Amino acid sequence: MTLASLDSNPAPAVLPGTGGMLGALSDLFWRKPKLLLLLMLLPPVLWLGIVYVGSLFALLLQSFFSIDEFSGLINRQFTLKTYGDLLQAANLDIILRTVTMAALVTFASAIIAFPIAYYAARYARGRWKALFYLGVMLPLWSSYLVKIYAWKLILAKEGILTWLLAKLHLLWLLDGWLSLPVVGGNSLSVSSTGTFIVFVYVWLPFMILPVQAALERVPGNLVEASSDLGASPGQTFRNVLFPLALPGIVAGSIFTFSLTLGDYIIPQIIGTSRLFIGQAVYSQQGTAGNIPLAAAFTVVPIVIMGFYLWGAKRMGAFDAL
Amino acid sequence: MRSDGSPSAPLGLKIAAAGGLLFLHLPIFLIFIYAFTTEERSFVWPPPGLTTQWFAVTWNRPDVWQALSLSVRVAAISTLVALVLGTLCAAAVSRTRFFGRETISLLVILPIALPGIITGIALRSAFSLAEIPFSFWTIVLGHATFCVVVVYNNAVARFRRTSGSMIEASMDLGADGFQTFRHVVLPNIATALLAGGMLAFALSFDEVIVTTFTAGQQQTLPIWMLEELIRPRQRPVTNVVAMVVVLLTLLPILVAYYLTRDGDQIAGSGK
Repeated sequence: MTLASLDSNPAPAVLPGTGGMLGALSDLFWRKPKLLLLLMLLPPVLWLGIVYVGSLFALLLQSFFSIDEFSGLINRQFTLKTYGDLLQAANLDIILRTVTMAALVTFASAIIAFPIAYYAARYARGRWKALFYLGVMLPLWSSYLVKIYAWKLILAKEGILTWLLAKLHLLWLLDGWLSLPVVGGNSLSVSSTGTFIVFVYVWLPFMILPVQAALERVPGNLVEASSDLGASPGQTFRNVLFPLALPGIVAGSIFTFSLTLGDYIIPQIIGTSRLFIGQAVYSQQGTAGNIPLAAAFTVVPIVIMGFYLWGAKRMGAFDAL
Repeated sequence: MRSDGSPSAPLGLKIAAAGGLLFLHLPIFLIFIYAFTTEERSFVWPPPGLTTQWFAVTWNRPDVWQALSLSVRVAAISTLVALVLGTLCAAAVSRTRFFGRETISLLVILPIALPGIITGIALRSAFSLAEIPFSFWTIVLGHATFCVVVVYNNAVARFRRTSGSMIEASMDLGADGFQTFRHVVLPNIATALLAGGMLAFALSFDEVIVTTFTAGQQQTLPIWMLEELIRPRQRPVTNVVAMVVVLLTLLPILVAYYLTRDGDQIAGSGK
């Protein structure tokens, strides 16, 4: 592969041919770098273009079809009826619940992530730095289902959390919380609180990494200057650190927000019977067989993320990715 | 204020950072204890007793072996496809400026930036429109699509660090393009490709959301686990499988880290 040839303008072909079939091919690429570029790009672009973008368009197309309520068959005529169905109270409820959860999860992740990211960026050196990095990477990459399963063990009625609270004589607190509407339930493993905890746990590393990257770019003397000028640590945080870390937080929130919007496994395993967008998509396309409505549902996170990404780009979050 | 080299962190920050890291790690360690519990029916804590019998029981379960074997085969083929596509794309993008370059970077990242359920249902509806029956290959099709980005990220970072003058020197010394690729470019990017391949393998091995839409009746290991989580049959077996999965995914991640630790970072920030 004549990579170098792509950089420079090809010299007039005064060199003798290198001989052989491969040599001839190599010479051809040298003379025509565009041809080589085309040949290199063709397989990945064809794969992603046909398999992925093609499927996305097929999905989008189906959201404009509708389902015949009596026969259950899909009517392949363009209509906005399915989008109208999306605006029914029950479906709006699902969308609102999911977006609220995504916002809360993002907020909590940012708060928990900040000290870890700040310590790793400013104080950890050498071995400790590597340890922090692996300490975030390993949970990020370890099995998604195992992580959910671990929390099922922790949150179950007879699990470790109940045991711990009983030892601390705090069971009344848990019972009080579980008796609350909306956030409560039979046990933590079938409550919205449980769903929230597991979401935060599973997406937290996606927040830590960009925040750490943003904080690493803040020069240390800026913080020193702020305290030299008499600012308290709190003031330095509010006026210097936080604004400079914000693009990193926004970058992290792209992941936490988007992943929560689309997930259907966490609320299915640890949560109440109240549906999230992902679960609605899954049940509409599966048991209900209503592919158009499922497709219209997936358009919701796509549109929300479209606006989100547009806003994030304006805040300069993409440089922090 | 402080300019004496290594300042120490305030105590509150140390506690918060350590607490955050513990929060990330303790739940995973818990799995290891539960794999040895004698309790069969519930998730009771603390375990009433410890035993290694569940390892033997799990070993003799054919459904676990089938799921594991399917997962390994899918991950191997997907990684291979992703290695070829990702490297080609990275080589093209890192060395040249051309029209549509940004679009191609976006195209590679998109399958992982959009929620998995969208990729999943999009592929499923495309299969049904094109009347493709579910098979081993429909799973691979989905997995390879989102594995490309991991290989691409690692390869791009390495290509940027490889200096062009080495390639020019090779050409000046009379090597043709293919010889240069084999003897100069490939040895340079080999560890990055290995790291990218390891991560792609781990990603495919763990993937569940896209797989539920593209697998039909077949069970990969994560699908098997999802089944067990929704309709538990033998809880201790799930505990053992969960522990083995943790150990199996840990290894490629550590190897990938050591292969890429000097200079470029592990490309994982977009799982």
